[in-house]
Amino acid sequence: MCAIASLSDNLNTPSPAAEIQILNINWFQKQPHGNDEVSLTLNITADLQSLFTWNTKQLFIFVAAEYDTPKNALNQVSLWDAIIPAKEFAKFSIHTSNKYRFIDQGHNLRGKEFNLTLHWHVMPKTGKMFADKIVMSGYRLPEEYR
Amino acid sequence: MIVTSALIIWKALMCITGSESPVVVVLSGSMEPGFKRGDILFLHMSKDPIRAGEIVVFNVDGREIPIVHRVIKVHEREDTGEVDVLTKGDNNYGDDRLLYAQGQLWLQRHHIMGRAVGFLPYVGWVTIIMTEKPIIKYILIGALGLLVITSKD
Repeated sequence: MCAIASLSDNLNTPSPAAEIQILNINWFQKQPHGNDEVSLTLNITADLQSLFTWNTKQLFIFVAAEYDTPKNALNQVSLWDAIIPAKEFAKFSIHTSNKYRFIDQGHNLRGKEFNLTLHWHVMPKTGKMFADKIVMSGYRLPEEYR
Repeated sequence: MIVTSALIIWKALMCITGSESPVVVVLSGSMEPGFKRGDILFLHMSKDPIRAGEIVVFNVDGREIPIVHRVIKVHEREDTGEVDVLTKGDNNYGDDRLLYAQGQLWLQRHHIMGRAVGFLPYVGWVTIIMTEKPIIKYILIGALGLLVITSKD
């Protein structure tokens, strides 16, 4: 049962689309103990309807800031997430400030270029879980704290 | 026969997934509505790096029962490849720092037992019921024993 369900999910070739804009840098500062923290307002627009099949219970989606620093080869900081319970909610546009704190391990964020990545995890009614992402590049933080 | 074939399947799963215990039963509602109490998760233990979004099973020092939650932050060191990981239950309001050992801000690789790759609903209720209501376990074992004694082949 489980195997057949997973197998049929493999036959679905989805074509999701997404776009994320940074509408505002709300504030940007160095914490007393030395880590940079920034607060952003985002506009997230996506159409993930094609990810739903008969075996899909829900989608878990999140937007992460991804960047490298001299100390860390990879930093992934989740900024916002949501659960999409059904296909009719899979096409949306939302205005939001970051739900989780965007804090660096260190003070490397001034003028930092980073990617915003929309990840989705398809949670099945039964069987294998799927995950994929859309990477959007070319975002940049301000040169000065504000 | 039933017992031995179950054991064989179990051992085979252990081989394939490379994990100490390839299945876990969900015990709390912290990952609802994705995973509910009594669902079974299939684990995969690999050397692949941990990435944000993955559902990992981890142990915290001083806690006996492992926790199954999602990774929301990853910081991976350039030189050593060591990782700092922060997790959160989908259904919880805040992140897991309150669940970690006192003063612990991040999970490291050695805290993480495996990651969830597959999912089977409800079946884990059998083990939950057996642990929480031992009487049912004894009735079941008794019935199986009786079956073994009375069957001729």
